[in-house]
Amino acid sequence: MIPLNWYMWLSGVVFCIGMFGFVTRRNIIIMLLSIEIMFNGVNISLIALSHYLEDLAGQVLVFFIIAVAAAEAAIGLALVMLLFRNKETITVDDLNELKG
Amino acid sequence: MINQIFFFYFSAVIVAMSVMAITRRQVLHGVLYMLLMFFHIAGLYLFLNAEFISAVQIIVYAGAIMVLFLFVIMLLNLREDIRKKQFIAVWPMGLLVSSGILMVVLMSMLTVRTGTKGVWGIAQIERVTETVAVGTVLYMQYLFPFEVASLVLLVAIIGAIVLAKRKVK
Repeated sequence: MIPLNWYMWLSGVVFCIGMFGFVTRRNIIIMLLSIEIMFNGVNISLIALSHYLEDLAGQVLVFFIIAVAAAEAAIGLALVMLLFRNKETITVDDLNELKG
Repeated sequence: MINQIFFFYFSAVIVAMSVMAITRRQVLHGVLYMLLMFFHIAGLYLFLNAEFISAVQIIVYAGAIMVLFLFVIMLLNLREDIRKKQFIAVWPMGLLVSSGILMVVLMSMLTVRTGTKGVWGIAQIERVTETVAVGTVLYMQYLFPFEVASLVLLVAIIGAIVLAKRKVK
């Protein structure tokens, strides 16, 4: 039997990798990918807790998180396309003016 | 024993693939590494008796969201963007902050105490099968959030179309 802590540690490691990617990368698509990595880190911990606490609320919560992640990806990628059409770049350092 | 071998395999691949995904210069390669990582996370869910979520992970994440990413990457012309520097100038600071938060998370797990157990033990889930159990909880206790989630998806569909549509001159 695997202890609950191992799953929680894995979830923390995955979350922090995603956070590092979000903070340090300059490419917007990679930043969106990092957000997905963070979502997945949280999902691992929720599923593990749902299994070890014998309560299905965790799995339902993961279901909602996946739904929100899909919505977020759709909106985010539409914004990326809009940005690229106007600015010809998706590097965040080059997007330094408020007036589009 | 075999459980632990599989756990170590899955967690090692998940961590390695997520590191690879955020450090690739080519965005497309990053997305493909993410795809591999999603499959391994789905495998990990199978060990936790979450067959329904495991299938949803593969169908929605790997099948829908990553394909959306791939489509957008192929629609954009990123030849000039991928030649630029990948990381911000002060990336060691980001490494410091995220590893600090990682330390806090790892240490806090040492003293974690779980609460009282719920009613959906393995025996109970086996009796009614997993999808029925998840559906029961979803439609009985979480019906209102479920409807709100459908509204969120509707807003996302409309918003994505409105944003990505070309302006008619």
